[in-house]
Amino acid sequence: MRRISLVATTLAAVLALTASVGRAVADGSGDPTAVKEDGGKWVDKSGTPTFHIGKDGKVDWYTFSGFRRYNADCIVCHGPDGAGSTYAPALIDSLKSLTYSQFVETVVNGKKSVNTASDLVMPAFGTNPNVMCYLDDIFIYLRARSDGALGRGRPQAHEDMSKAAKAAEDSCMGPS
Amino acid sequence: MRNLLLAGCIGAAAAFAMTAASASENLQKMSQNPKDWVMPAGNYANQRYSELKQINTGNVGKLQVAWTFSTGVLRGHEGGPLVIGNVMYVHGPFPNPVFALDLDHDGKILWKYEPRQDPNVIPVMCCDTVNRGLAYDNGKIFLHQADTTLVALDAKTGKVLWQVKDGDPKKGETGTSAPLVVKGKVLIGISGGEFGVHCRVTAYDENSGKMVWKAFSEGPDDQILIDPQKTTDLGKPVGKDSSLKTWKGDQWKIGGGCTWGWISYDPELDLVYYGSGNPSTWNPLQRPGDNKWSMTVFARNPDTGMAKWVYQMTPHDEWDYDGVNEMILADIDVGGKERKVLVHFDRNGFGYTLDRGTGELLVADKYDPKVNWATGIDLKTGKPKRVAKYSTEKGGENHNTKGICPAALGSKDEQPAAYSPQTHLFYVPTNHVCMDYEPFRVSYTAGQPYVGATLSMYPPEGDSNMGNFIAWDAAKGKIVWSDAEQFSVWSGALATAGGVVFYGTLEGYLKAVDAKTGKELYKFKTPSGIIGNVMTYEHKGKQYVAVLSGVGGWAGIGLAAGLTDPHAGLGAVGGYAALKNYTSLGGQLTVFALPGS
Repeated sequence: MRRISLVATTLAAVLALTASVGRAVADGSGDPTAVKEDGGKWVDKSGTPTFHIGKDGKVDWYTFSGFRRYNADCIVCHGPDGAGSTYAPALIDSLKSLTYSQFVETVVNGKKSVNTASDLVMPAFGTNPNVMCYLDDIFIYLRARSDGALGRGRPQAHEDMSKAAKAAEDSCMGPS
Repeated sequence: MRNLLLAGCIGAAAAFAMTAASASENLQKMSQNPKDWVMPAGNYANQRYSELKQINTGNVGKLQVAWTFSTGVLRGHEGGPLVIGNVMYVHGPFPNPVFALDLDHDGKILWKYEPRQDPNVIPVMCCDTVNRGLAYDNGKIFLHQADTTLVALDAKTGKVLWQVKDGDPKKGETGTSAPLVVKGKVLIGISGGEFGVHCRVTAYDENSGKMVWKAFSEGPDDQILIDPQKTTDLGKPVGKDSSLKTWKGDQWKIGGGCTWGWISYDPELDLVYYGSGNPSTWNPLQRPGDNKWSMTVFARNPDTGMAKWVYQMTPHDEWDYDGVNEMILADIDVGGKERKVLVHFDRNGFGYTLDRGTGELLVADKYDPKVNWATGIDLKTGKPKRVAKYSTEKGGENHNTKGICPAALGSKDEQPAAYSPQTHLFYVPTNHVCMDYEPFRVSYTAGQPYVGATLSMYPPEGDSNMGNFIAWDAAKGKIVWSDAEQFSVWSGALATAGGVVFYGTLEGYLKAVDAKTGKELYKFKTPSGIIGNVMTYEHKGKQYVAVLSGVGGWAGIGLAAGLTDPHAGLGAVGGYAALKNYTSLGGQLTVFALPGS
């Protein structure tokens, strides 16, 4: 079920992108400004998941959750805070051009660049609930990092997990 | 008679009078010829010590680069070459090329072997595609590939003699460790602790590749090759189901305890030694119990695999303090008595000295004063005295436990230490890094990361260096001298009879220091950061020192981007600058010698 809804969001994002041009600050998914919130989760004006950081630096739950999941499943290649390692790209740079749908596609299916000069391989995480159940969280976190809205290290303060977020996690991860 | 090399020689001669197959007698004998470097650690005792002394404290300052060689690979280069006679054998990270270089002809390539491996193994290697070295015995070179294939090559031609698949990368099982050949058997471990692999050490016949025994780190007694009555833990029989009792349900099946470190061997006691890694997952609340025998020192019979004794250093790990670091065997004076000891610098920050015949715990002290998760080790029970505020278990899921020292990469990782029988000191490359650790819920899928915690790492408060190179007295449990390094020291050390100790740094320096004082005598910046292990050999009357450069590994992840600095606001500056400002990718062997012929 989760996968189907992801595909749907992906399509929506692609459609939205083709329509949006000429913003002041934009990443691969367009203007990241949060315009709407539902159950603690924010979206930008094109409906793509995005971060929301209060004036006091307090981040939304998803940005924080993405920070945690990134550090468990992505850091071993992509380095701390999305800053890259000796053998995998800095995602804070990648997200400047990658769209939400490309991000999702790459995480689900993986990516390969094997030739005489490099042997970069990203695994497919499509079957890994620790990644798939938190795909938007990770995207939102990296988007905040990429846009410079969030600095390095652990976010200092964050909103509590909403009931909706908890229900979504339980249904995706299964009973604990 | 504190010199283990000599003691081992006499002991080996006596021991081998009994055995018909004397394969390891050859190796033991060969390792006593200081001109060669026949196994990754120099000798079975894992001492990384050489009797060569042409290069000494007086002349090492004149060292020059004699020749260089590129492996053509740009990933982290751990390990180091072997030298047997006039041939040097160089290995590299994935795709794991092996080169035989002719030392008589300026390193001309005699043969090259490069296996064909499915590149899908790359992303299931936890921390870069490293390979820690080759093994040699009876005219064969043994390579443990990334995809877990163990291959025997003809040392003269590079021709494949046999190969066997040890594990399945689709389940996250990978090969990074160097094999050790003991009595005609090739012993290899397996990697995959972050993928919930059920880890083990396996012995293969060196002539046929046929499996001889396999010993898991956790599970039923017949799978872990533990005899409930005969195998001891601190002198007492371990009893029935010693591992099963310490896991919830069948969690042991995805319990990790990986065996990706080094193996050593005592020919006289006829025991092999190695450590097991972290229990999977990193979330301790999801795996109640002591999780035996993860984080354990094993002493096993090399013919049968049966365990003589075990000792678990960190029961129920809460910090990823793998117990895989090398076991260095030496004969030293402890409390006025000469003891046959095993010395081990654990990731958990404690330097352990055990009686290697019985597993009795003699000394256990912090080899980095900043270690804080435990105040000490109870020598009677062997248990660490934990500090509640640094317990990630007590903090619970979704709680960030702060200021734990050392960080998950440990006060030392796989980079092997050296022992000099001249000074009776151990030379230890260390990490000086602390962390915040927050465990949370994870779910297991075969072949996928199974981590369950988020970490931030930074130097200890008040310090700006992330590493130290230290000299350690294993009888007293004391640091004798300590050289601060800006970054973690991730290179294996080499001690020599010339009174010089060598190591590499992440910026790429090969350094030579005085074994007695730690005073820096020489440094040279190689093309890339060093995570390889320094070795030495003699050719045509000349002593050479060699090391692989090629930054990467765990260090490449944690340090390439720089660590986060929670104290920056307090005025600590400069020391945490990113490694990428100092060095770049590489894959080169640099060989040093004194000028003149």
